[in-house]
Amino acid sequence: MNLEKWSHLRLGKRFVIGVPFVWLLIFFVVPFLILLRISVTDMGNGVDPFAPLLQAIDGSWRITLKYQNYLSIFEQADKDGAMVWWDTIYLEAYITSVKYALWTTVLCLFLGYPFAYFIARAKKSIQPALLMLVMLPFWTSFLLRVYAWKGILADQGVVNNFLLWLGILQEPLLMLYTDISMLVGMTYVYCPFMILPLYATLVKMDFRLLEAAHDLGASPWNAFWLITVPLSKAGIIAGSMLVFIPCLGEFVIPSLLGGAENIMIGRVVWDEMFSSNNWPRAAALAVVMVLFILVPMAIYAHYGAERDAMAED
Amino acid sequence: MNQLDPNSSGFLLTESLVKRFDDVVAVDDVSISIQKGEIFALLGSSGCGKSTLLRILAGFEKPTAGRVLLDGVDIASFHPYERPINMMFQSYALFPHLNVWENIAFGLKREGMPGDQIRTRVDEMLNLVQLTAYAKRKPHQLSGGQQQRVALARSLAKKPQLLLLDEPLGALDKKLRQRTQFELVNIIESVGVTVVMVTHDQEEAMTMASRIAVMSHGRVLQVGTPKEIYECPINRFVADFIGNINLFDGQLSVDEPDRCEITTGLGVMHIAHGIGGAIGMPLAVAVRPEKIYISKKLPDVGVNLFSGKVREIAYFGSYSSFIVEMADGRTVVITEANSSRLANIDITWEDRVFFWWDEIDPVVLTQ
Repeated sequence: MNLEKWSHLRLGKRFVIGVPFVWLLIFFVVPFLILLRISVTDMGNGVDPFAPLLQAIDGSWRITLKYQNYLSIFEQADKDGAMVWWDTIYLEAYITSVKYALWTTVLCLFLGYPFAYFIARAKKSIQPALLMLVMLPFWTSFLLRVYAWKGILADQGVVNNFLLWLGILQEPLLMLYTDISMLVGMTYVYCPFMILPLYATLVKMDFRLLEAAHDLGASPWNAFWLITVPLSKAGIIAGSMLVFIPCLGEFVIPSLLGGAENIMIGRVVWDEMFSSNNWPRAAALAVVMVLFILVPMAIYAHYGAERDAMAED
Repeated sequence: MNQLDPNSSGFLLTESLVKRFDDVVAVDDVSISIQKGEIFALLGSSGCGKSTLLRILAGFEKPTAGRVLLDGVDIASFHPYERPINMMFQSYALFPHLNVWENIAFGLKREGMPGDQIRTRVDEMLNLVQLTAYAKRKPHQLSGGQQQRVALARSLAKKPQLLLLDEPLGALDKKLRQRTQFELVNIIESVGVTVVMVTHDQEEAMTMASRIAVMSHGRVLQVGTPKEIYECPINRFVADFIGNINLFDGQLSVDEPDRCEITTGLGVMHIAHGIGGAIGMPLAVAVRPEKIYISKKLPDVGVNLFSGKVREIAYFGSYSSFIVEMADGRTVVITEANSSRLANIDITWEDRVFFWWDEIDPVVLTQ
């Protein structure tokens, strides 16, 4: 918002808009700036976790910005000591994170869409109850719910014991600490974040549009793809963002359910911070991850706004 | 023509159609026959079953019993997307994410028409509804009247055998509605499509339709031309529903082939035709307000002459309406055309007036 517009707003409006802005400033922008500041310094000397920005060198005060932390994300020495690009454990962790986040998003979309559609088309009187069911898991601690999956997916867990008892399996299926347990856990935890925005857009949709599509010769499947999906695009995007973004930096679920070979970036940041005590590198990794998220969002917001502006003409 | 039922005639037939929702009968034994090329209106107040009947024709509802024959083919089991029928929705139901051009092309694309033919057909339809300049607009950028024309163009694009209109002018304001009525009829007639429309607005039904079915509680009470429905209603409900009418209850006292007399609370009323009923049977005499003359002077007429006191006068511009109270306290509504600037200017509140009507004008209702 530009200042000229801001100055025309009434006091009440300024307050309503201002409070969340101030909130974001204090709890997002300021910490992010601190993170940025840490990411451009050296490691500390054992007392401080990172070097000060302002240093007295040869009697004069200098600000020293180091880009090594960022460079080390993309570059590392191979066995012969030569610097190699792109093949670092950090990049690998980023790619693993993006991969799991994408898979989780896709799984949540496929599971959540029919569910949201079903709620939106259910009788108005039972919709609150169905939504309550979606939100019911939030009444239990997130950590406990993830732990519970250990009991379900373990070698001697509920699923394996049941399948063994049925005679379908001869020996337990390895599920815990694999891709299966990771994706099951993340999909389970994040599915409500997909369902709720999808429901919000689907419930606003005029289902007479589907009748109109049928009337014009579209089969139910065609009508779904040509009318329902495009009209719920906003919900699909919002839900996907709400699942993808937290999944990318997810730390707890990979720690509890993930295997040793699938290291996600959240785990790497943790290790750099608390094992290697390398705060600057941890900060640099976090900054790069924020950029990973912000860049596609900004592109989407830019083109989305442009398209909406065109539609208004 | 694949005529399955040789006894029936008509392009669209419904045979003993019944639709039940749980224990509510929405459509109750409806049999109507609609000719090719006519505009047929289903008229009734809300909840009379007219919309359900239209939705059965469109295929959105399955009838509980009965058949729907279109050009001799029973279409009751066809899905909406398999019927050669298109509907213009009351809310228009234009696809908000598609522009005008894409909305009109939607149905054509679904039937797999080649691209160049689609372009020709859509341009033709845009031209028909005079929206060529708006082809790239989204529905929300159009006025209500323009949206209605897009909806019409979209429903006509596939050259349906039957066009269904659900309250076609319901979403427009009054002034626009009158202009659009004629525009709509002109377009429909230029295309030559058979139309079934649903409306609760009798004026709309009368100006647009060639025939009207008056519905109440799921049943069709009377089918006829607008004039037949207005001038010759067959029962009290139809008489009362269409326009204003004065009803006088009485018994048949004289019944001859060319005349009859009915004794009512007001006195004896003379009718210029026979009833063919039993003497003493209960009847109602129905007289339209505009068929009644009113004057302060005693006119030179022998029969159907009554008097009363003016209670209310309402001036409507083109006509005035008088409410006259009779001796027994009941009231009669009389309208007079204000054909002259000074007509009826001398009649005012509390005046004692005479009113009368011609023997041929009343309708005798037996039910």
